[in-house]
Amino acid sequence: MDPRRPQSQAGSSNDPKIRQVGFTFSLQNPQSLHPSSSAISGAGAGGVDGDFSSTPVASTCPVMIPPPRVPVQVPTACRPVAAGDSILAADSDNSGDAELSEEWVRSSSGMYSLGFSMSGINSPVATERNEEVELDFVDGTGAKMSDAPMPNKDMKAASKPLKEKTSKAERRAMQEAQRAAKAAKRAESSETGAHGGEKPAKLPKQPPKKKDAPLASSAGVSEKKGGDRSSEKDKKKDVPPPRMQYDDKSRVEKAKKRSVVKQTEARNRVELFQHLPQYEFGNQLQDLESKFFKLDPVHPAVYKVGVQYLAGNVTGSNARCIAMLHAFKEAIEDYHTPPDKTLIRDLTARLSSYISFLNECRPLSISMGNAIRSLKSCIAKLPLSISESEAKTILGSDIDRFINEKIVIANKVIVEHAATKVRDGDVLLTYGASSIVEMVLVHAYELGRQFRVVIVDSRPKFEGQAMLRRLVTKGLSCTYTHINAISYVMHEVTRVFLGAASVFSNGTVYSRVGTACVAMVAHAFRVPVLVCCEAYKFHERVQLDSICTNELDDPCAITRVPGRKEINYLNNWINKENLQLLNLLYDVTPADFISLIITDYGMVPPTSVPVIVREYRKEHLF
Amino acid sequence: MWWRSPSFILDKQQQEKLEREQTLQYDDVFPPPPPSIPMSEASLQNPNPNPNPNISAYYQTRAAHFGVVTSDWLAQAQAAVSGDSSGVSTPPVDDHSGDAGKVQSVIDEFNSWRKQPDLAEAVAAIRALASVIRSSKATTMMELEIELKKASDTLKSWDTTSISLTAACDLFMRYVTRTSALEYEDFNSAKSRLIERAEKFGEISYKARKIIAMLSQDFIFDGCTILVHGFSRVVLEVLKTAAQNKKMFRVFCTEGRPDRTGLRFSNEMAKLDVPVKLVIDSAVAYSMDEVDMVFVGADGVVESGGIINMMGTYQIGLVAHSMNKPVYVAAESYKFARLYPLDQKDMAPALRPIDFGVPIPSKVEIEKSARDYTPPQYLTLLFTDLGVLTPSVVSDELIQLYL
Repeated sequence: MDPRRPQSQAGSSNDPKIRQVGFTFSLQNPQSLHPSSSAISGAGAGGVDGDFSSTPVASTCPVMIPPPRVPVQVPTACRPVAAGDSILAADSDNSGDAELSEEWVRSSSGMYSLGFSMSGINSPVATERNEEVELDFVDGTGAKMSDAPMPNKDMKAASKPLKEKTSKAERRAMQEAQRAAKAAKRAESSETGAHGGEKPAKLPKQPPKKKDAPLASSAGVSEKKGGDRSSEKDKKKDVPPPRMQYDDKSRVEKAKKRSVVKQTEARNRVELFQHLPQYEFGNQLQDLESKFFKLDPVHPAVYKVGVQYLAGNVTGSNARCIAMLHAFKEAIEDYHTPPDKTLIRDLTARLSSYISFLNECRPLSISMGNAIRSLKSCIAKLPLSISESEAKTILGSDIDRFINEKIVIANKVIVEHAATKVRDGDVLLTYGASSIVEMVLVHAYELGRQFRVVIVDSRPKFEGQAMLRRLVTKGLSCTYTHINAISYVMHEVTRVFLGAASVFSNGTVYSRVGTACVAMVAHAFRVPVLVCCEAYKFHERVQLDSICTNELDDPCAITRVPGRKEINYLNNWINKENLQLLNLLYDVTPADFISLIITDYGMVPPTSVPVIVREYRKEHLF
Repeated sequence: MWWRSPSFILDKQQQEKLEREQTLQYDDVFPPPPPSIPMSEASLQNPNPNPNPNISAYYQTRAAHFGVVTSDWLAQAQAAVSGDSSGVSTPPVDDHSGDAGKVQSVIDEFNSWRKQPDLAEAVAAIRALASVIRSSKATTMMELEIELKKASDTLKSWDTTSISLTAACDLFMRYVTRTSALEYEDFNSAKSRLIERAEKFGEISYKARKIIAMLSQDFIFDGCTILVHGFSRVVLEVLKTAAQNKKMFRVFCTEGRPDRTGLRFSNEMAKLDVPVKLVIDSAVAYSMDEVDMVFVGADGVVESGGIINMMGTYQIGLVAHSMNKPVYVAAESYKFARLYPLDQKDMAPALRPIDFGVPIPSKVEIEKSARDYTPPQYLTLLFTDLGVLTPSVVSDELIQLYL
């Protein structure tokens, strides 16, 4: 199964392994006999800590983790997105982003068009591929039709073959059967009292909500499901279900069956980050394009936004959130309740399928998660007697109000607050590109404050350059440097302004990778660090490190040096077994390094984030 | 980061019984206030009636107080969030002639309250604002609100550098006007409700010092040495109560240059027969190893949980922090201000002349700022009339109050 660790899989799968932080090498040959020899040979090849791990008993190490389970991978050559072999690249008019104001679209470089060109879709290649997929699909359903009605007891054994592409009716039947099986089992276990080693969680989970949504939501949005399964989760009611762990092979397989976007798992992932989804970049776009007319449950607007996420055209959590909400608004306008369905339930299910589609394109940001939660609570609050058109107008205005209140006006308030902290003669440092920080700088400049800006940037995204260009055009005096020079440049800085993707309730700031480094250096130089973040991005989770939740970007991006074609040492090495590339997107800044968080509720210390979360949720969401 | 005060353990272990007796004495400890305070006279004649001897007066006061401040206050404030429309302005045109006289009367009222030796400036301002409502001849809620706003602005401009005055005026406006009373149909009943609330607020503020003194008794243990900086009436009240409770402790007073507030404080301590030692400002670090805790007052408590206080507090905080000594701040809740200084220069400076005793050449520059900002990480606990708080709770309270 796992080409790198055949022995540990075959031998004792629960063999503890010494935890190596960061990049680990486990180069080994399949002929090695002992299960524990993997560690030895791996460390020997690495040559770093040979004598540490060559002790035969791994139990000397305090931290043990079970050996990783890497899903089966289909090795494909990595093709960068930027190669421009997509149909989307053909037309590059920015017709689609009319609804997104210039502020939001950070990288509106026009690499890919935001709108969809019909000519591209109708290209012969695409239609050909469509037919293939269609055939496949029909085949699968035809073959499996007979398996559908299964007796309850055999459910577990039979679940494996069932998990092919199945039709709607079939899946519903399967769900019913599973539910019945579960109920029976529960009754059984309550009678006998004790239950053995069997885990009910091992049953394939098919949330009943997605009855008419063939693209069932993947586990990434699992927190939204499980509404009417409450009885079996009585004791776990308050605990949010765990997020999808991508090192859980069976679940990944299951999710893949349901997914729209054909993602190929990247081959070599860094040990610590195997629970995060990492796909090979560059080949999803054509695949999606080819399926454009197949995806009838996905509204075109949502589809467009998904492709934009995938292509990296819309980045920045505000921009992504606004794009998503606009797409949902359009989708809701075009929505018609099917007969014998209620709007509230059906629309929620429909939205869930859209959300899972977006989640497949790129994992949802926390801001989007909060917006979705707000929207769903709006839907749930609709009175049952309301007519469909009324409901649609209400929801449309709810979405508009969310965008206006929580993002646009919130930004204005934050800018007002932040400008009071800019004095004459200041040197302000910012990292990467944050739309809100840019607005703060421009506003302070318009107020006539005399200050300088230092923009710190980093590979591989160079997001700061676009912002630098806009600021310089406006007339601000700027310095541009890379993060390597941070300790040098920090001497002269008087304030550090940072944006954030989210702020957690222990005051931790979740932001673009590199932010923690900037904040730490600023703290060491006793420079105040100000974080600008709208309150709708706050999240009640507590996160201590940047490992458990994060996002992995295209690993190829860090193998290249822009503008230096001759530096090609890592070309086509992406699938080397002893090379693991890590391109993290986010990191976590501890609250200790942050002096102040500027939100739409004013300036608060990081310790007050839970207060805002508490008050804000009470007021607006639930 | 916050150190547990040893007094928790000491007090709890040693003398639970004794403590109860002591708290029962509170009834006698606080004499009724001077009769020149007519408004709260009735309520303060018997400040802590203790009908139930099983529960100490300490807890009763706290419960009563919490009842008043947190639930009632906040519920009212929250209920009135929608009704808060102070921005709307249709000022009564014909009233303009009388405005000047009214404004004058606010200041007069304020000054007459301020003359009382023990009354804090902010409490005087609160009383003065309350009297504005009472004597107002406005006939609509809007008029009254505008009048009140004008009065509070006048008061604030009277001393713009005083944080507690500004904060108290803001809090008064919040507390009094953000109430469901504004929705009453009948203006007179609404007005009487406002007066009631204003008086209650004045009363709370007046009692605050005593509540703080009671709350802080747990932290002063026998045989401790307390370093005091500046002359704070709250700290004085705390130590006075401790002395009256027969606690054995000694006090180090900093000199408090240039206005020698420490000398005054040591004078007060000597009157109470508390062993006291004067320490020059630069000897704080020298004497810190003898000190068990630092007690300071505050001009203002800012949103970060830090304090703005007399110059020198910051360095005392730094020294105490590096020597692992707890720093306690005694401050009334009306000093909570919606400010967030990032560093020392990030606030309006309060300048004062400094007399060095010898002529200073004009080329020499003198740092005249009268106060500094102590960040929250150097403070251990804040004793306020809302309870004993960690610095991070200040922001919590402010958010609840202002949002």
